[in-house]
Amino acid sequence: MSVRRLAKEQPESFAFNKKSEDEVKFWLGKYPEEKKASAVIPMLWIAQKQEGWVSEPAIRDIAARLEMPYIRVYEVATFYTMFNLAPVGENLVQVCGTTPCMLRGSGDLISVCKNRIGKSGEISEDGKFTWVEVECMGACANAPMIQLANKDGDHYIEDLDAEKFEQLLDDLAAGKDVKFGPQSERNASEPHGTKVLSDPSLYDGSKAKPIKLPNTEKAEG
Amino acid sequence: MVELLQDKDRIFTNLFGHHSPGLESAQQRGAWNGTTDMLDMGRDWIIDQMKASGLRGRGGAGFPTGLKWSFMPKEVGARPHYLVVNADESEPGTCKDREIMRHDPHLLIEGCLIASFAMQAHACYIYLRGEYVTERLAMEKAVKEAYEAKLIGEKNVHGWPFHVYIHHGAGAYICGEETALLESLEGKKGQPRLKPPFPANAGLYGCPTTVNNVESIAVAGTILRRGADWFSSFGRERNVGTKIFSISGHVNNPCNVEEAMSIPMKTLIETHAGGVRGGWDNLKAVIPGGSSVSLLPKDICDDVLMDFDALSAHKSGLGTAAVIVMDKSTDVVKAIARISYFYRHESCGQCTPCREGTGWMWRVLTRMAAGESTIEEIDMLLDVAGQVEGHTICALGDAAAWPVQGLIRHFRHEIEERINNYREGKPVFVSQAVAAE
Repeated sequence: MSVRRLAKEQPESFAFNKKSEDEVKFWLGKYPEEKKASAVIPMLWIAQKQEGWVSEPAIRDIAARLEMPYIRVYEVATFYTMFNLAPVGENLVQVCGTTPCMLRGSGDLISVCKNRIGKSGEISEDGKFTWVEVECMGACANAPMIQLANKDGDHYIEDLDAEKFEQLLDDLAAGKDVKFGPQSERNASEPHGTKVLSDPSLYDGSKAKPIKLPNTEKAEG
Repeated sequence: MVELLQDKDRIFTNLFGHHSPGLESAQQRGAWNGTTDMLDMGRDWIIDQMKASGLRGRGGAGFPTGLKWSFMPKEVGARPHYLVVNADESEPGTCKDREIMRHDPHLLIEGCLIASFAMQAHACYIYLRGEYVTERLAMEKAVKEAYEAKLIGEKNVHGWPFHVYIHHGAGAYICGEETALLESLEGKKGQPRLKPPFPANAGLYGCPTTVNNVESIAVAGTILRRGADWFSSFGRERNVGTKIFSISGHVNNPCNVEEAMSIPMKTLIETHAGGVRGGWDNLKAVIPGGSSVSLLPKDICDDVLMDFDALSAHKSGLGTAAVIVMDKSTDVVKAIARISYFYRHESCGQCTPCREGTGWMWRVLTRMAAGESTIEEIDMLLDVAGQVEGHTICALGDAAAWPVQGLIRHFRHEIEERINNYREGKPVFVSQAVAAE
């Protein structure tokens, strides 16, 4: 298990802004009123999207809102590794390092990070980057890959190699828009150049015609 | 000659995302076709058909889906019933549910309705891993479409009041364990519960709950549309159906692809993934079912079938059918050490054998990868792995032990060689270059 602590320096206060409040309302609508603690992860996430990280005042605020003891929300914030417990750079680069990505060269991406950004978990001098190694992100057929979190949201950037990754970091540093998803000619995780799923009758609407379900006759006798 | 699955028998016809995931397009591909008729046939018919189809859970354990559904209380008492879909796809090597959710979300939502009706649940939560932000937004969009088209909702065309809620985690592999997932969904740390009680008696909010994998639920509609006998015509007995295989690692074309169960591993890799990098003879080992199962050396891979029974006969498993391929350039000790690091990182810390054992195994394996250990330590590692296995509340302890045991079972000689090389001052591991193609 990973040991995680709150940052030493904490802001005075926290408040959800208007946009976040709308999202909080949306999420609270999903659970029975007496079970609203279910919204704790989504609310911590909304707080993180607003501030870039999860601060102690944010934890207190969410605990009060969900009528949970502070320590219960603290537990959740420190248990789940996607919560940044300290500020991060403008671009949070999360490199998947687990075996499927490792086999396809995530080590090269990590070397690039060390050379260009610096120590893992720290904000680069220009404030633009923080990088961390994370565990399997579930995009193994598009390895190696990263998840980029910045003002544009959270996106997978896949089918990378050191050269493409350097270029990506250059573009991010220059404030340019970058392409999300596979950095290869692939659309998603299809086999390159495959003929699978090329039968036109799957897509011509014939599957939408009324059907009679099989195995629906009552047994005879 | 192995017969490959044909396009007309594929369930996930938008697996590659070449078409729109939207409702209209999904309906053109057959989603939501005949759903009302299925519900009209009644819940017993649905459960019987699911049982007859032979579908076994696609999340790793392979428990028969229809049977699982039948465990829910027959009558709804004071507590409502819930369906919870496990979309916390985190098993290293596995990336199939992601494609279902972003490209074929309506098959999943339709499956949720069918399964919930069969278990008398009016609400379903789909728990996505936190990292799947794009997939979550895709699911929210599809759910909204389904509500607007009155396919689901309090009043819908199917006549069964039904709500789907998308929920998400925040980066904890353990939440893929069903009771940890329920804890997490209730707003707590994801620490597995002691069973019994099983979720079918006391699950989400203490109510009867069934937790199913995304793929298991998403195939339900098509199985009922095409017939249980159609589904069970693929693969070997007890191992039937079609299945999405995630193929990663040292292959020319890593991919997700839906194939018939029991396809030979070699055929799967060579037909769909462009073969092993440098050719089949350049293969070293394959992890056939996600990081939790034992790796298999090439001689077993030559003719092993991709199904539950064939792989467990070799002390491995089908797991999530995530095939991780390693060619001869692979430092296999390091590759498994990295998996051990993963389990150390993801142990929830609740059970001591797992909390301490995962870290211990990782540290020893890391030394072994560098040759800095003793021959005796190999058996000690095996012994410790055996003390973790089966001594924890959930299967994470087992999952951490199995890859280590598999490594020693099949590659003990390599570890020994390293230890000897290190002592003789020779290079510990020399990677074989990939053969020119």
